Amino acid sequence: MSPVIPIQAAQAASGMGCADTPVLVQRGQREVFCGLTGIIWLHRKIQDAFFLVVGSRTCAHLIQSAAGVMIFAEPRFGTAIIDERDLAGLADCNDELDRVVSELLTRRPDIKQLFLVGSCPSEVIKLDLSRAAERLSRQHLHRVRVVNYSGSGIETTFTQGEDACLASWLQTLPAPPASDQFNLLIVGTLADVVEDQFRQYFQNMGIEQVDFFPPRKSTQIPAIGPNTRFLLAQPFLADTARQLEAQGATRVPAPFPLGAQGTTQWLKAGAQAFEISDEAFEAVVRAPRQRAEISMTRHRDQLQGRKIFFFPDSQLEIPLARFLHHEMHMHLCEVGTPYLHRGHMAEELALLPSNTRLSESQDVELQLDRCRADQPDLVVCGLGLANPLEAEGFTTKWAIELVFTPIQGYEQAGDLAGLFSRPLIRRMKLAA
Amino acid sequence: MQLTLWTYEGPPHIGAMRIATAMQDVHYVLHAPQGDTYADLLFTMIERLPKRPPVTYTTFQARDLGGDTAQLFKDAAAQANARFAPAAMLVGASCTAELIQDDPGGLAQALNLPIPVVPLELPAYQRKENWGAAETFYQLARRLVLPPAPKDPLSQRRPRCNLLGPTALGFRHRDDIREISQLLDQLGVDVHVVAPLNASVEQVRQLAQADFNVVLYPEIAMTAATWLQRQFDMPFTKTIPIGVGATRDFVAEVAALAGIEIPAEIEAHARSVWYSKSVDSTYLTGKRVYLFGDASHVVAAARFAHQEMGFEVVGMGTYSREFAREVREAAKNYGVEALITDDYLLVEEQIRQLHPELILGTQMERHIAKRLSTPCAVISAPVHVQDFPARYAPQMGFEGANVLFDTWVHPLMMGLEEHLLGMFREDFEFHDGAAPSHLGSTRTPSPEPLSVVVHSPDTVPQIVVPASSPANAPRGSQWSPAAEKELGKIPFFVRGKAKRNTERYAQELGIYDITVETLYDAKAHFSR
Repeated sequence: MSPVIPIQAAQAASGMGCADTPVLVQRGQREVFCGLTGIIWLHRKIQDAFFLVVGSRTCAHLIQSAAGVMIFAEPRFGTAIIDERDLAGLADCNDELDRVVSELLTRRPDIKQLFLVGSCPSEVIKLDLSRAAERLSRQHLHRVRVVNYSGSGIETTFTQGEDACLASWLQTLPAPPASDQFNLLIVGTLADVVEDQFRQYFQNMGIEQVDFFPPRKSTQIPAIGPNTRFLLAQPFLADTARQLEAQGATRVPAPFPLGAQGTTQWLKAGAQAFEISDEAFEAVVRAPRQRAEISMTRHRDQLQGRKIFFFPDSQLEIPLARFLHHEMHMHLCEVGTPYLHRGHMAEELALLPSNTRLSESQDVELQLDRCRADQPDLVVCGLGLANPLEAEGFTTKWAIELVFTPIQGYEQAGDLAGLFSRPLIRRMKLAA
Repeated sequence: MQLTLWTYEGPPHIGAMRIATAMQDVHYVLHAPQGDTYADLLFTMIERLPKRPPVTYTTFQARDLGGDTAQLFKDAAAQANARFAPAAMLVGASCTAELIQDDPGGLAQALNLPIPVVPLELPAYQRKENWGAAETFYQLARRLVLPPAPKDPLSQRRPRCNLLGPTALGFRHRDDIREISQLLDQLGVDVHVVAPLNASVEQVRQLAQADFNVVLYPEIAMTAATWLQRQFDMPFTKTIPIGVGATRDFVAEVAALAGIEIPAEIEAHARSVWYSKSVDSTYLTGKRVYLFGDASHVVAAARFAHQEMGFEVVGMGTYSREFAREVREAAKNYGVEALITDDYLLVEEQIRQLHPELILGTQMERHIAKRLSTPCAVISAPVHVQDFPARYAPQMGFEGANVLFDTWVHPLMMGLEEHLLGMFREDFEFHDGAAPSHLGSTRTPSPEPLSVVVHSPDTVPQIVVPASSPANAPRGSQWSPAAEKELGKIPFFVRGKAKRNTERYAQELGIYDITVETLYDAKAHFSR
């Protein structure tokens, strides 16, 4: 494990921008999910897709535990569990996979898009899922398209699974017919309700073609090419953005649409890319922005002046910290992120106080020591740490709820603030 | 390769975690990739444990695979020992680390730690959670248990036993050990050590100082108990004290092993026997029940269902392959064949076919029951946050039998209720569309007619069954208006079943038009 990199003496306390602030990087136990976990929200989003993990019993157990699911209907995800016969070479893994896929497709004739998801074991035994995907696509031509990606813990951390999925999917899409029409593509899984709001805003401003990726149906693939301008709705899509750029699309840099300010700047960036006038922009956002401000006020009363500590989880930490600092007036003790993409975070980093302690990757024991030393009022952490920290007297917010709840946009800004104020209010009520 | 949509048991290293987390001062160093830390949340969220499981994960990544993952393991083990200062350490690999073959046992040995280090070989591609727990407990016992010092003769002291098998994430283990400890105390038997739950390494060392072992959960403790018997001549109990009958057998078994008399007042709080005899329970007679879960809970629950509740066991099964033989044997007592599977879809299919009136299962069967609108109670792991109630709710002993009676009866209609429903079924204020009286005075109109008869000039009258109907007449069977009306007179809580049975009967006999006659023929047929 590498030694702690000392943080440079804090710049002026009021200084903004931490693009140049050194980042604390430690290696040790990482208390984070692997990329398979993304299947939980991806399979809800893409309604005709099935996610087949090729892995072990651990993979199957992970997904069902992380989702907290017992299954309400037959789920659209599953695991092809590798067993000793596959490992001993008694069975050919590729034949076995073909058999499992046929079995699955017979069961689920409604599936149009199949994702073969690589796992730690499938990668260690070097099972070539890209060849399997090609082969299966041919076998089931006109019936289902098969794409592979890696959600393994050795390759991906939590939300990077979505990035790997989308990047890999984009690579297999046929080139769209040439079109003169410009389109705005919003990239990253959002709740349907949030998508509908964003679509409405942009269309009301005058942008005709607004598309979303991933789409709700695998057959509704938007056009992607030189006339595509894309906005990232999620901060963890490094490979997806690179792939879109390789296909000719242009990224519109922006902070992420969390909180009223984040949403305004994000929408503004989109509007500017389409040369929408300030008047048209203001006319659309004025009312919802005002509603967002009103809905956040009572939460600000609870949150302002309080100290918050982020354990790394989803890569949403930096935009969330920016929101809580600027709009809720909280103090940032530490902002941990599993992976820091400086390019996509440039706008966000510029908005953080320059003395923010940023940490990337994790040694959970050392980070817990820092957390105890900081004595924050609120800790954002994973489910494995939350109750133990509560038992130590800390107030916590489950990080995973920030991934599963609609929090983007104006109409959700109050809900987002509420996710942070509720644990504090609850602690106060229970103490009374 | 096996297609799995949901699994009853986790991988074997989860079983090892259940042992480590149960104990006071054991630390488990697990060679595992990033992501395997998900297992912590099982303990902190489902069981609401206020501490992290005592597990250190090496969390290696792809870039480490080309380098030295072995060194990563050694660093993690050394640091875990320094930080947590455990009294013993378990070391092992999860599924991925098993493939890279770093030999955690050998690596940990090389560190020369000042504490016992127990290497675990848990084949992840072959075995599952309960086996992993059993193997871990056995390996710990083998490594730690000291030969017994000479004991005073039984004439000069109370006999003493160990309670073996309770773990973290166990189904009601917390309350079972309290109940069984009280029972043993009443019998005049001391509980020497409870393990692994709440046991220290030192206590495990002293296991052989007891006169005999009580095996509460064979899935977890059988391997260790068998070894203790072989090694130190310690007998162990075979009866799982779930239900009054089984608890009596258990008491007799303990009394024989301990050489004591059974005190007279031992059953003072066994209320379930009288409750089951009371007239209100008459309606429980012959209720068709289906059971699924781990082997010991299913076998014990089937006995309680049959002998003490007067139910009819129409099907049973287990996901515990290691104990398939025991479940098959037990199933013969009820004239059914046991289903041994870990595929919940097969369980669901069997339940669908058998039409039970009550399902006793795991959390998965609870979901199946919800889909089929069938009453259900949970009797076995895998656990859910609801299986850790704040109140005292053991499954074992006489109080456990009381809990079973209440929990199983609760989802069913009470006898008196069933009787009143029959009496008032056509009452204008009392119909299935009416809100329960405790929900206030919201008046609802009398129910919509069950179906609408559509007359069109050129066709025979056609029945349009409302979309919400539980099962539309399948494969061509048609309900006549009169039969449909008669069906409406059947109390709503059995109407679905009557409808299904009638349609099944019609199908089997190739009857196309379901008449009032068919309805009652079917009733007669199924009540044989």
